[in-house]
Amino acid sequence: MNAPLQFVPASAFKQRAAAAVADAHLRSSFRNAMDFLIARRAAQFPDAPALERQRAFAEHIRKYSLARLPDLLEQLERKLTDNGVSVHWAETPEEANRIIIDIARRHSTRLMVKGKSMVSEEIELNHAMADAGMEALESDMGEYIVQLDGEKPSHIIMPAIHKTKQQIARLFAEKVPGAAYTDSVDELIGIGRAVLREKFMTAEIGLSGVNFAVAETGTLCLVENEGNGRMCTTVPDVHIAITGIEKVVEKLEHVPPLLALLTRSATGQAITTYFNMISGPRKPGEKDGPRELHLVLVDNGRTQAYGDEQLRSTLQCIRCGACMNHCPVYTRIGGHAYGSTYPGPIGAIVSPHMLGLAATHVLPTASSLCGACGEVCPVRIPIPDLLIRLRGEAQHAARPGEKPMLGQGAAQSRLIDIIWAGWAALYTRPALYRAFGWLATRFRALTPPMQSGWTASRTPLQPARRTLHEQMAARKRS
Amino acid sequence: MDEAGRRHYPEKPARVYLFGTCLIDLFCPEAGMDAVRLLEREGIEVHFPAAQTCCGQPAHSSGFPEQTRAVALAQLRLFPEAWPVIVPSGSCAGMMRHHYPRIFADDPRLLSEASALAERVFEFTEFLLHVARVRLTDRGAPARVALHTSCAARREMGTHVHARTLLGQLPRVEVAMHTHESECCGFGGTFSLKHPAISSAMAGDKVEALKQTGAQTFLSADCGCMLNLNHTLQKRGDPLQGQHLATFLWQRTGAEGEQR
Repeated sequence: MNAPLQFVPASAFKQRAAAAVADAHLRSSFRNAMDFLIARRAAQFPDAPALERQRAFAEHIRKYSLARLPDLLEQLERKLTDNGVSVHWAETPEEANRIIIDIARRHSTRLMVKGKSMVSEEIELNHAMADAGMEALESDMGEYIVQLDGEKPSHIIMPAIHKTKQQIARLFAEKVPGAAYTDSVDELIGIGRAVLREKFMTAEIGLSGVNFAVAETGTLCLVENEGNGRMCTTVPDVHIAITGIEKVVEKLEHVPPLLALLTRSATGQAITTYFNMISGPRKPGEKDGPRELHLVLVDNGRTQAYGDEQLRSTLQCIRCGACMNHCPVYTRIGGHAYGSTYPGPIGAIVSPHMLGLAATHVLPTASSLCGACGEVCPVRIPIPDLLIRLRGEAQHAARPGEKPMLGQGAAQSRLIDIIWAGWAALYTRPALYRAFGWLATRFRALTPPMQSGWTASRTPLQPARRTLHEQMAARKRS
Repeated sequence: MDEAGRRHYPEKPARVYLFGTCLIDLFCPEAGMDAVRLLEREGIEVHFPAAQTCCGQPAHSSGFPEQTRAVALAQLRLFPEAWPVIVPSGSCAGMMRHHYPRIFADDPRLLSEASALAERVFEFTEFLLHVARVRLTDRGAPARVALHTSCAARREMGTHVHARTLLGQLPRVEVAMHTHESECCGFGGTFSLKHPAISSAMAGDKVEALKQTGAQTFLSADCGCMLNLNHTLQKRGDPLQGQHLATFLWQRTGAEGEQR
């Protein structure tokens, strides 16, 4: 195993989180943006029981698809091959990058235009392309902005949501040749579009993600709002689609129920401006479309999640981002603090499979387990339960006979183990527990004034004068 | 439960068990005592098994399943009669009602015991409203209060609805809404110790939202949230303090008719 692409030390995460919560500007911009998205989503789901029926249906489709995943992937490959699409399998990010770079080299590529694809972020394709001496240019406006500034997306749906209009205005004036300073949103988008329009025409390769891959028809479905996805998948001579192996569904009829929840949950849209269904390259006699079409199916740790009954539900995800929008932690610290490609609750449950628990064990702890993520998840992934499970796997070695997760036990600590063993010893011995309560109340004046993280922003906790146990016992006697 | 997820409630019983919770036991015993007083005023006898300690949630949410199981097992058989088990905390009630059956899922005998117990677990406000079917008499002066419902209470036990309905029986109590009402206060058990910066930011936002309502006090059915918010307010030198719902209800309605 190569070193993970990203490593998130607990101390670095905590430092970034502390810096983020101290940044009033970041706090208010994320709060406002998330409030906006929450309200947009809520407006799309006025009927709570109807939403629950939709979520149950979507969950069943995803569970059904995952239950048959190996068969569906084979069927998808057969169907796509029949349709003239080359299908590639990549177990690791390195393999995926190599496949894409090989294709690019074959076509003497100088420029690749990219539609939005989180899997391409996951494998850090742009770096790999740059290392191979080729340019990969993001064409989604948000992705274009963060790429221009040398940043990474801070949200899986709205990558530049952390940036203000003024920051983008300064960035464009500085980095886009010939662009005059303007903070008019329409003009800024116009500047970006003018740059990109020319690039679409000159790029040798267009790359896109995939929202749903339909096995029975060999159809790649792609959701987008800007039309850049359609440009990337139709204008260049070669189109490479890249996706995780979990995105497959069996039938075309399984797409609409998922699509209806995806766009409503993500941006509060009943449907996106564009919905592309791609089933093959340009056929003889057709006047447009790519001459060559590839699909790269990426594992990158997904089979680890797949192999476990509980963790498999991680793969139900359709990448709407609603869990992030509703997460009080994400809202406070933003996406960059996480240090992983996928931030927020979904990032905390998916990253450990991709990067290992040694690199990511802090992420599942960055949650108060409030349950907002699980409540809004359109495919009903029990995210809080998975966070708890991953906290456990990070702190315990695999039991005999169990296959360890990547990085299993990486956060194990003798001290913490002793604390919990002591805790269990106390709380399983009622007489000892009552004696502890008696002492704690009698010596309440000796309560330490500094109590770990608690007293950072709170006065110390102090036991009451008499425990409830003691008061109830006294009452019984009288 | 019926198909719509609504719970069927039993007739008002003559006797109940109280599971006091570890936080109430040590830090807010008055809330537990006020819950007992309210139940007794309804003519219900309250039994408090002396061997009870903690539901096990701290270890559960920290990823220590063995310790969770050991502590949960120590509570499982403390309630032998078929009486309701009243828990004056939405989060501990949620643990016993929803998570116990899953903790013991690998042992059919313990699972059946855990499921039988889970069926009898009621969060305190839920019990007052739907099982004891109280009719509260408001004996207090006009008051404006805010309500903070713990996340587990809200999402696992529906406490925000029960508490609001109960408070609705008090004509001189106005319940003010605060912004981001359904949002977490940042407690999250060990989360508040592990990620103090994030937890403090969440608690800070919550106390600001509560203050903006102009309420004299805020109420919660969970001691954890209440301690988090009260100690945050104290550190800021702010006079606003929250109360457990049981305490507030007893003080507003209990001046007369108290039976000791």
